[in-house]
Amino acid sequence: MKKIQFLIILVSSLVALCANAAVKIQHWQTSSGSQVYFVENHDLPILDISVNFPAGSSRDTKQTSGVAGVTKYLMTLGADGMNEEAITNQFADIGAILGGELDLDRAAFKLRTLTSEQAKALTVFNKILHKPDFPQTILEREKTRIVAGLQEAATQPESISNKAFMKAMYGEHPYSLDESGEIETINAMKLEDLVAFYQKYYTAKSAVIALIGDMTETQARTIAEDVSKGLPQGVAISKMAPVSLPQAPNIQNIAHPASQAHILLGYPGIKRGDADYFPLYVGNYILGGGGFVSRLTEEVREKRGLVYSVYSYFMPMGELGPFQIGLQTKKEQAGDALKVVNATIAKFMQNGVTEKELKAAKSNIIGGFPMRIDSNNKILDYLSIIGFYQLPMTYLDDFNKEVAKVSTAQIKDAFNRRVKPANFVAVTVGAD
Amino acid sequence: MQIKLKNSYIQIATLLLALAPVLGQAAIQEFKLSNGMKVIVQEDHRAPVVVSQVWYRAGSLDEVNGKTGVAHVLEHMMFKGTKSVAAGQFSRLVAAAGGKENAFTGTDYTCYFQQLEKSHLPLSMKLEADRMQNLVITDAEFAKEIKVVMEERRWRTEDKPQSKVNEQFQATTFNAHPYGRPVVGYMNDLENMTAADAREWYKNWYAPNNATLVVVGDVKTQDVLKLAKHYFGPLKSKVLPARKPQTEPAQIGERRVVVKAPGKLPYLVMGFHAPTLLPKATTPEQEWEPYALDVLSGVLSGNDSARLNQKLVRENSIALDVGAGYDSTSRGRQALFELVGTPAEGKTVAELETALIAQIDLIKSGGVTQTELDRVKAAVIAADVYQRDSMFYQGMQIGQLETMGYSWRLLEEYPERLKAITSEQVQEVAKKYLVKDNMTIATLDPQPIDPNAKPQGKPHSR
Repeated sequence: MKKIQFLIILVSSLVALCANAAVKIQHWQTSSGSQVYFVENHDLPILDISVNFPAGSSRDTKQTSGVAGVTKYLMTLGADGMNEEAITNQFADIGAILGGELDLDRAAFKLRTLTSEQAKALTVFNKILHKPDFPQTILEREKTRIVAGLQEAATQPESISNKAFMKAMYGEHPYSLDESGEIETINAMKLEDLVAFYQKYYTAKSAVIALIGDMTETQARTIAEDVSKGLPQGVAISKMAPVSLPQAPNIQNIAHPASQAHILLGYPGIKRGDADYFPLYVGNYILGGGGFVSRLTEEVREKRGLVYSVYSYFMPMGELGPFQIGLQTKKEQAGDALKVVNATIAKFMQNGVTEKELKAAKSNIIGGFPMRIDSNNKILDYLSIIGFYQLPMTYLDDFNKEVAKVSTAQIKDAFNRRVKPANFVAVTVGAD
Repeated sequence: MQIKLKNSYIQIATLLLALAPVLGQAAIQEFKLSNGMKVIVQEDHRAPVVVSQVWYRAGSLDEVNGKTGVAHVLEHMMFKGTKSVAAGQFSRLVAAAGGKENAFTGTDYTCYFQQLEKSHLPLSMKLEADRMQNLVITDAEFAKEIKVVMEERRWRTEDKPQSKVNEQFQATTFNAHPYGRPVVGYMNDLENMTAADAREWYKNWYAPNNATLVVVGDVKTQDVLKLAKHYFGPLKSKVLPARKPQTEPAQIGERRVVVKAPGKLPYLVMGFHAPTLLPKATTPEQEWEPYALDVLSGVLSGNDSARLNQKLVRENSIALDVGAGYDSTSRGRQALFELVGTPAEGKTVAELETALIAQIDLIKSGGVTQTELDRVKAAVIAADVYQRDSMFYQGMQIGQLETMGYSWRLLEEYPERLKAITSEQVQEVAKKYLVKDNMTIATLDPQPIDPNAKPQGKPHSR
């Protein structure tokens, strides 16, 4: 027993030494042209991989809305002759977890596995990425399920408001399209649409592979090479069209019998790597991003008890992602709550933030940095974002320095240049 | 256990962590302060951060009729100031230290937490110790906050059809036991709640001898203990109100409830009373039945190819979604084995119900396969390693078990106990508990939205 205790002490002190080091990212390109971002970390016997493609919902058109999402989903339901049951079972047999994400820009496939089982897990994972079968019967079944989901969503105030908000903000731009598609486009969807979408967007050259965990660089290179070489060759993928800014307010009131009104306000915000990112990020922490200590929470919730939740955020995307303010309140007081929100924004735009607020914001953001990278899972997501949006390799190292540089004048200037409350999109569902 | 010290440290670390179920858990240490407060520390040196959680053994389980929701209301009031920290300052002080903080209330507990860079642990303890004894609940702050909680109830329950069904389901399943009442409280009770109700709750339950401090992170156990003694040690213990044993009378026939709400899709919840793990089991059945129910739940819906999804969604298209769930631990010593689902287009909740029961009957008559058992076990073994990627989750597990009256040591035993379950045992619990007389079914009857409903009054001003 004594021997074991001694070892625990020894190892934990060694681990502590390496945990304090910054995240060391290694980057290379596979022979097939995929970009790889790798962090070696032997603390836990696990491996996480995320493979990212420019295959988000903005690659759809009005006529094909939903194809991006269905393509990604169906890839996991049949590959290289394995049916959906076999695929799930192979992962389940070894406790591996297949995950993924789809947003406006990006489709990501994620896998977490014990390193002892990585060979089996990666074999199935690669089949999904390389040889999806897109079975016709499963497409028909899933179309039915998706349509039912869309019909239900059309009755619920939260989904009604989100959908109307994105439509109003982005108009003809593909960022306006619902990831889940529309009832008509889902019904009209054909197998060829999915195959063509896969061939066009899931290419080796467009793939960004993020890897973290218990493996050496040599092992990571082999894994990335295997993922990359089986992907379609394809041709270069076109750049997303820029977002045009609203030239007039767009106010929508949608009736609903719910007890609360759901209110969303916003304006096209920022891009990944945007020059105004840090002033807007820090400023928004003060306006509505900083949880219990933001101005919006203080004015609407703490002082007046009008809401349980009120927030604002910038969601940086490849093109201008949404700047969004949201709240829900008893329908009778929707007008009162909105007045307080609008007054808070107006004051923020006009006077900017105080030195004291800026100091508190920086103190939280800078002091909280260690919590951004305290798990493999969180680091994996940063690797994907850094790679997919080609952010500087020093993004994490520079983060606190960039935050520290922000001044009150920069915040006021950036908000007034980038956010135009006079032309806000304002969607209210279920107000009295 | 042969470990060669001359290997590089990375190899040693990997090897040790591969043995994590034994060694990793052994790193947890438990103490009791002289005022009765428990302190549990798990060192985790993967990142220079710390999670600190204070768990109170006070939840909706301890509420009485007419005052439902008071445990949760008090949780909100805990941010509203003490004799020395003004309302809202708690959050500002934690934020200034770079921290994240919040709290949550359940049937069995109320938990307050901070996540901080490791050097700020003393701040967290100082603030928590202060509000454990010195909270000030003013009428004015209460009047505002109770409105916030009512908004929370509207958001969580009133406007979410499935939440409404679940609330009615709980109320129908538990006639006598407090698990029949919603954690957030009934709207009527919130409307009539007073600051005095919140003060009474605080006075009754907020004391070191009713609390557990859980710290996980890049800390030294002895340093944490020293800090805990310094900040929490001087607090006085209280005589806690007597907790009367509350049991649910045996169900003697199936129960049904229908909920109407705006929406398109129906929904069904089916539940059966089932046993929980007991800190001191007195019969062999009490020892293994909860594990068998856990395995049953895994076989039915542990992954997308598990029986319910594979048969009812993928193969037969009876359901759009389906799932099973069971939680083997609870402070109220009551558990439910639940099946939920949404019928597919053209199918009724009655057809879905029949299909779900047919799946249960198949297990009763034919048991489960070795492959299915192995899959459930593989998931548990892997999850045991994966969860170490989150300090917060590790703290959650320890805090929940302790507050429910078990020990965190249950985490050590759990994988082995689950692995020991046989197909026959799974069959046996299905036959014993998943029977009609012990069944409650709640369904959602979706209502069309009134097309004439129009917003009243003036358009928005800006």
